[in-house]
Amino acid sequence: MSKDKMQSQAVQTTGHAWDGDLQEYNNPLPRWWVWTFYLTILFAILYWIWFPAWPVAKGYTPGVGKITYVDAKGVAQTTHWNTRADLMREMNGLAAIQKPFFDKVAAQPYAAIAKDPELNNFIASAGNQLFADNCATCHQAGGQGKIGFFPNLADDDWLYGGQFDKIQETVTQGRRGYMPPFGEALSTAQIDQLANYVLSLSGEKMDAAKAETGKALFHSETAGCFYCHGDDARGRQVIGAPNLTDKIWLWANVPNADAPSIKLAAVKNVIQNGLNKGVMPAWGQRLTPEQIKVLTVYVHELGGGK
Amino acid sequence: MNFNFKHEWIETNVGLLLVLTMVAISIGGLVEIAPLFLIKNTVETVKDAKGLETIRPYTALESRGRDIYVREGCYTCHSQMIRPLKDEAVRYGHYSLAAESQYDHPFQWGSKRTGPDLARVGKKYSNEWQVQHLIAPRSMVPESVMPNYPWLLSTPLDTSDLVDRLRAQRAVGVPYSLTEIEYQNNVKRFGEAVAQQLHIPNAQQNLVKQAEEGNFDGDRSNITELDALIAYLQVLGTMVDFSQYDSDHFVTFR
Ligand code: HEC
Ligand code: HEC
Ligand code: HEC
Repeated sequence: MSKDKMQSQAVQTTGHAWDGDLQEYNNPLPRWWVWTFYLTILFAILYWIWFPAWPVAKGYTPGVGKITYVDAKGVAQTTHWNTRADLMREMNGLAAIQKPFFDKVAAQPYAAIAKDPELNNFIASAGNQLFADNCATCHQAGGQGKIGFFPNLADDDWLYGGQFDKIQETVTQGRRGYMPPFGEALSTAQIDQLANYVLSLSGEKMDAAKAETGKALFHSETAGCFYCHGDDARGRQVIGAPNLTDKIWLWANVPNADAPSIKLAAVKNVIQNGLNKGVMPAWGQRLTPEQIKVLTVYVHELGGGK
Repeated sequence: MNFNFKHEWIETNVGLLLVLTMVAISIGGLVEIAPLFLIKNTVETVKDAKGLETIRPYTALESRGRDIYVREGCYTCHSQMIRPLKDEAVRYGHYSLAAESQYDHPFQWGSKRTGPDLARVGKKYSNEWQVQHLIAPRSMVPESVMPNYPWLLSTPLDTSDLVDRLRAQRAVGVPYSLTEIEYQNNVKRFGEAVAQQLHIPNAQQNLVKQAEEGNFDGDRSNITELDALIAYLQVLGTMVDFSQYDSDHFVTFR
């Protein structure tokens, strides 16, 4: 407001003076502001009437607003408006949209689901969401995993099996891979020989003499590697012991290493210290059986399902 | 009657202004706080089949982990409050119950959500993941903006004031027990195993035992701040077994 205009309006002052001559104008509030203020008061009163609001004695005024939702037994319930009932109502709505799909997923065997294009679309979107919220932090966004931590789910190499029922079992119950440490049972030389043999299995050029002794050790009672990794070293999926012949490494950091000595050190490290950090959490408590079924198909279709 | 109110009566009298301001504010406060002490059904009762309460105060180790959570300011990016909203139910699971934070002083509900809500993060990930993620979040989640907390793994957990910390919580109403009577009371409420954990005279011993058995940070040689923090994270939101209740059970508490 310009100075001229301010002075031209004969606005009252508050009536007192500070420091001799300092005065304060007493401008009335604009009319629109005052009315908005009254309206907010009116809004508050209507809100109190409609929603749960005032505490009285040991309870509260529930408000006259009502909400109807379908409870767990499928019976419609009407109660005073509250956020929890409202969530039930919203979830009823969501279930109504997704139910036909989830029902179909639940009812059909895996092989049929994989062939149904409509269900595949549903799984691609619902599965993607579930995977992003629960699995991607470990297995990474595309399921490619992380060497040293989490297995690749998009390749056709499986610790526990890539069949539908195996994947479902993995996700529902969780897994914990365990290989005992051999640092005390075996000598450094023996561990070196074993490592040479293990690497030679996947076509690395290793010391042939050492690998030969390693091979014997692998199949001996002294080391006992064959109990878990199998006579052919192709692994045993019941206990999650990996195939050592397929050039796919999860724990021994072979793929990132260039020099043979580094590859050797990585494998020796595994044999020396064993493995006890492969923990896949169980999802049976957190996710519903239908969600797990959707995820199972999703993981299966990432590329390597059997 | 000639009553002519002038606001300079108040404005020129600091003492009166102060008193009236406090009266105005405390009306708001009383209306919000007083009912919480009177209304019985704000905090849900959650009991198992044997009639024991399943929501318990934190063990000594978890409680120290919680202190570290607060000290490091994790709450500036993470809330612990799953609201009864569809999107949150789909992503995080069952909405948080009032009962689940009844022993939190102060509660960690929060409102800033740079990262995900942590109210139900317990058991979602392995300890191994938690260790890696806290030391270097981007090694696990490439696009993360969470800071690195490498010192947690190298700093031994200070337990010298453990007893005082638990006593302080007891003073504000958390049922940690000091006397035999309080202990027996806890046995009735929570069962023997939990009551043991809540007994302050056993705190130091309990803490060491839980840290050694849990081996949360993957290093058995000593008990670090990371042991405590992960023990705390792994228990978040795991005390209520929602599969025991119908999906609408907790609606009746509102
Ligand atoms: C008790 C069973 C068991 C025995 C015995 C065993 N392993 Fe293992 N091994 C495993 C399991 C299980 C894994 C995978 C662990 C995981 O995924 O968490 C593994 C992993 C490995 C790996 C890492 C593979 C990779 O992808 O990086 C190597 C190498 C290996 N074992 C070699 C050996 C050798 C050599 C021996 C004999 C000295 C041996 N294992 C004995 C169970 C065993
Ligand atoms: C805390 C990290 C973590 C999370 C989260 C996680 N996983 Fe895993 N997952 C693992 C680890 C580690 C293994 C390997 C276990 C072993 O070494 O024995 C694994 C193994 C698997 C396997 C078996 C792979 C094989 O080769 O047989 C499947 C399938 C799987 N996870 C699927 C999932 C799905 C689906 C989710 C989400 C619901 C998920 N994982 C969430 C860590 C995780
Ligand atoms: C600057 C903000 C910020 C701070 C401070 C922060 N975080 Fe995070 N946090 C994030 C973000 C963003 C994510 C999601 C990406 C990721 O997983 O790293 C996350 C993810 C997480 C997760 C995984 C949640 C899930 O369900 O996937 C946990 C657990 C976690 N943080 C714990 C902590 C702890 C404990 C602290 C304190 C020591 C902390 N955060 C401090 C931003 C933060």
